[in-house]
Amino acid sequence: MPTAISINGLDVIRGGRPVLRGIDLEIAAGCVTGLLGPSGSGKSTLIRAIVGVQIVAAGDVDVLGRPAGDPDLRRRLGYVTQAPSVYHDLTVLENLTYFARLVSVGRDRVEDVLERVGLTPESGQVVGTLSGGQTARVSLATALLHRPELLVLDEPTVGLDPVLRRDLWDFFHELAEAGTTLLVSSHVMDEAARCDTLVLLREGLVLATATPDELRRRTGTFDLDDAFLRLVEGVG
Amino acid sequence: MSTRTATLATASRVISQLRRDPRTIALLIVVPCVLVFLVDQVLAGRPEAFQRVGVPLLGLFPLVSMFLVTSITMLRERTSGTLERLLTLPIAKLDVLLGYGIAFAAVAAVQATVVSFVGFGLLDLSVGHSKLLVVALAIANAVLGMAMGLFSSAFARTEFQAVQFMPAFILPQILLCGLLVPRAAMAEWLQWLSALMPFTYAYDALARAARTTPLGPRFALDVFVVVGVTLLALALGAGTLRRRTP
Ligand SMILES: Nc1ncnc2c1ncn2[C@@H]1O[C@H](COP(=O)(O)OP(=O)(O)OP(=O)(O)O)[C@@H](O)[C@H]1O
Ligand SMILES: [Mg+2]
Repeated sequence: MPTAISINGLDVIRGGRPVLRGIDLEIAAGCVTGLLGPSGSGKSTLIRAIVGVQIVAAGDVDVLGRPAGDPDLRRRLGYVTQAPSVYHDLTVLENLTYFARLVSVGRDRVEDVLERVGLTPESGQVVGTLSGGQTARVSLATALLHRPELLVLDEPTVGLDPVLRRDLWDFFHELAEAGTTLLVSSHVMDEAARCDTLVLLREGLVLATATPDELRRRTGTFDLDDAFLRLVEGVG
Repeated sequence: MSTRTATLATASRVISQLRRDPRTIALLIVVPCVLVFLVDQVLAGRPEAFQRVGVPLLGLFPLVSMFLVTSITMLRERTSGTLERLLTLPIAKLDVLLGYGIAFAAVAAVQATVVSFVGFGLLDLSVGHSKLLVVALAIANAVLGMAMGLFSSAFARTEFQAVQFMPAFILPQILLCGLLVPRAAMAEWLQWLSALMPFTYAYDALARAARTTPLGPRFALDVFVVVGVTLLALALGAGTLRRRTP
């Protein structure tokens, strides 16, 4: 499979401490890659480096054949930050309309995307009055508008109920089947099972890259939670 | 290419945000009017003093309030994560600033017009030169305040800090600009210091427009400095928007 993201010797220092240490990583195009790791392991930092908003100390990050942060990528990449970054004093529709104008897509597309994330009934509501999960979906919706080739999602399903989570993961796979590359960070192991490939981070290092099945085999446990714990704690 | 669209989209987004906050708009427009009225009342026994400070105040109040509102609004954009997201999209940094600039300039125009109406219509301020000139200067000052607010937001981490910029940067300029004591009557080092402050020129332009004497070449310099500092602050402000952060 062709490579969408290729990272070589990436070092990131934040607040005087090394946060990513010599990351080498290839992420395949057209599938869903899960980025897992304990809190503070550097998932968001790695994502920031990929979307080109992180100052890096060393290394190369190549995204869709361009260096990360290249202006050409701004139309080809969708990014959802861990904390929903939308305007809380605007309505759902006003938020989407603004981002739609920036990426030059029309009203129809806004309505499709609203439908897709299940927010059509809330479109006239001010974001500040939405629930946490609804707000997260507004943030996700803004990143879908321009049909990016690469979608980078930092914990997009936090605060969502199981039904919504399942629907979103179905949607992610639909997108991947249509050729979109997805990189999704998560804390939740039942989501890991739905990824094509997993990247496990610990303390700024890539601990393992494997499919869910390989991971189970390697750690000799069916439960991905256990597999993850064994790897993180250096057992197995 | 799409730069103009992104600027206008941002401007209309900022206006929508302001529309959702009618109290801020009311404060922006009513407070300067009330302040001008208070000055009129405080100086009730000395109409010539009100004539001297009244017209410059028409332009300086909008400058101060725009500075405050803009620096806090921009700080929110920086700290809420929306700016980080925005700068991964096809939008130039200047679009963000110009978008803010256009939106607040529109508010500033309304504000300056209303304050001038109160000053001229209700409080009988008179000007040596055209009243429209004073309104235009008041708008220019409000836009200057806005540009300085955008720029200064880069140096605040929290809204508390942003609010402190008012006593830190604005009050000294009000003290030294010539409003309280003519600059010529100040110690020489204060004159030098005030020559470095944009307020001094903003004040001087308004004071000259109020007098009956000819505007003179100094007026041209004043306007040049006000416009120049506005553009400089916008350009520097764009420089403080970083696509990559630590
Ligand atoms: N702005 C910052 N300045 C200094 N250190 C930071 C900054 N942001 C993050 N860090 C540190 O970098 C490390 C990695 O943070 P990061 O946000 O990438 O973790 P994460 O894996 O996304 O965690 P979580 O699952 O909790 O979101 C942490 O130790 C964190 O304290
Ligand atoms: Mg994170």
